[in-house]
Amino acid sequence: MPAPPFSVSAEANEDVLVTMQRELQRALRKPRSERRWGMVIDTRKCVACSSCTVGCVMENALPPGVVYRPVIDMEVGTYPNVTRKFLPRPCMQCENPPCVPVCPVEATWKRSDGIIQIDYAACIGCRYCITACPYQARTFDFGENWTDNAAQGSEGVLALDAASKYETRPSYDWGTKWERAEGIIPESPVGNARKCTFCVPRLAEGLLPMCVTTCLGRATFFGDLNDPHSLVSELSASPNAIRLKEELGTHPKVYYLM
Amino acid sequence: MWALWLVAAVFGGTGIVERLLYGERFVAYTSYVPWGMWVSAYIFFIGLSAGAFLLSSLVYVFGVRSLERIAKLSLFTAAVTLAMALLSIVFDLGHMERFWEVFTRPQFHSMMAWMVWLYTAYFTLLLAELYFALRGDMSRTSTASHERDRRVLRILGAVGIPLAIAFHGGVGALFGTVMAREYWHSALYPIIFLVGALLSGGALMTAIVAFFWPRRDEAWRETMNFLSKLLLGLVLFDFLLEWAEYSIPGWYQIGAEYHLISYVLFGPFWYVFWVIHLGFGVILPVLMLTLSKRPVVQGIAAALIAVTFFAIRLNLVIPGLISPELRGLQTAYLDPIGHRLSYSYVPSIFEWQVTIGVLAIGVALFYLGCRYLPLFDQSRRVERRSEEIA
Repeated sequence: MPAPPFSVSAEANEDVLVTMQRELQRALRKPRSERRWGMVIDTRKCVACSSCTVGCVMENALPPGVVYRPVIDMEVGTYPNVTRKFLPRPCMQCENPPCVPVCPVEATWKRSDGIIQIDYAACIGCRYCITACPYQARTFDFGENWTDNAAQGSEGVLALDAASKYETRPSYDWGTKWERAEGIIPESPVGNARKCTFCVPRLAEGLLPMCVTTCLGRATFFGDLNDPHSLVSELSASPNAIRLKEELGTHPKVYYLM
Repeated sequence: MWALWLVAAVFGGTGIVERLLYGERFVAYTSYVPWGMWVSAYIFFIGLSAGAFLLSSLVYVFGVRSLERIAKLSLFTAAVTLAMALLSIVFDLGHMERFWEVFTRPQFHSMMAWMVWLYTAYFTLLLAELYFALRGDMSRTSTASHERDRRVLRILGAVGIPLAIAFHGGVGALFGTVMAREYWHSALYPIIFLVGALLSGGALMTAIVAFFWPRRDEAWRETMNFLSKLLLGLVLFDFLLEWAEYSIPGWYQIGAEYHLISYVLFGPFWYVFWVIHLGFGVILPVLMLTLSKRPVVQGIAAALIAVTFFAIRLNLVIPGLISPELRGLQTAYLDPIGHRLSYSYVPSIFEWQVTIGVLAIGVALFYLGCRYLPLFDQSRRVERRSEEIA
């Protein structure tokens, strides 16, 4: 196991990002099968700025129609007692995932660190897993691009050329370089089911998931649920911690503080 | 007829070529309604196949005399509709070039994998049965070898019955086992699929016999009457199951599934249920079948049942998917380019094109079969002929 890229020492009143960074390094020193990555989202701190969604789209070079972490924004109540509720929704990385056993070609599975992985090179694109997820965390890559149907002009007009180059950069989902393209035989992940990876390639480099670092309210916590002293372990044991659709028995590894 | 087929072939063929060149760019299904027209077409065609096959096994296994004349035709229809089903679902795959992975990377938990394995076995069996059923008529074999073929057919047919039940029940289970979709998650599904298969496949055969049978004799009238009675029973039984499927979760007008049922009954596509399915697929055919003994009327009733059964398939696949699993997801993040994060789905012209293309291919296959295979020969007459030769 190589040494983590940078080390952080504890300080009083430190930013939770610093704490989580230190915990991440601690977890990475363990073998993979002894880690159990989890997330806690404090809905009271979320302001629905969507910087997690945007950061995720940038990090994973997501095309239109594919989203790993939308933020549900709901208005509740009737005037004059009106308020809004926010719920960021990453993949729940269920302990008992309903999306895994439905795959006819075993292209998706639970890794030893608890993350549900997809092998884009094996997925046949039947979309059965998409129907089976009770959180709708999987989306399909239809091969669309952000600059599709945009006005075509000379180079540099509306920075279209630059935008098109930017969006066709490879994606590194699951730590593999993917250069998507359409065609008679589309280049994966076009034609595949895609979902949140908990930023597997960033974790491998000792970095926190993108959505955690971009969260301006520090509402998203990430760490090793197998480490009893980690922030996520402590927070997930709070009395106000819930998991979505717990009654289904999927045992999500994403907790919400209400 | 020719002109109609040509229009369908050109219109549909263009769609199929587009599908091959541009993938799924022009479909209307989304990430949230990931299955649509093509999956519905798939289960529609595969139901026709299972139904037509089970009809043929009534002859080969149970020796039902009234259907003997149409046994070969049923087998052939089963093979053609199965080919149509497989085409529909292959076009639906994001990576159709990887379909063989279902055999090389088996996942034994997946109901979909089981379904694929079972219909592969079923397809093989169908082809073998067709071979033995037609061999006697194609070459002038002896009575002894003809008898041997009948025995082989009886065995193949007997193996085929549990296989057809397993594979089509499996298609129902594919939907029924999905816990996340309350609309589908019902133990009744495999049963409904089987009865639906018998009904739609039986109706298709009745319509084919009514309109394409070469000899309008007494025997034909007898077959038509038998099939019509069978059909009437099946329509009513299927309706009973449908009543159970809708009334149980909907009775007290509360709960998640109630909302999906009211979407089917009173939503924007209410006419698919009330007019197309109930009107033209149940009430009208039941009236026609009970009030008239004329083969033309019986044939039209059967054709109505067979065609409108597609409405049942659409109403089975799509409503299961139109409601967000988490409230608010429909507005959480939108896709301005392809509208793929939407819960509303109406099949695009392109999806119709591909389905019509598949239909045109099926009709062409059926026509070629009728033209070049001895599907309409009565085996009794053949026996007589072979006796004369001997």
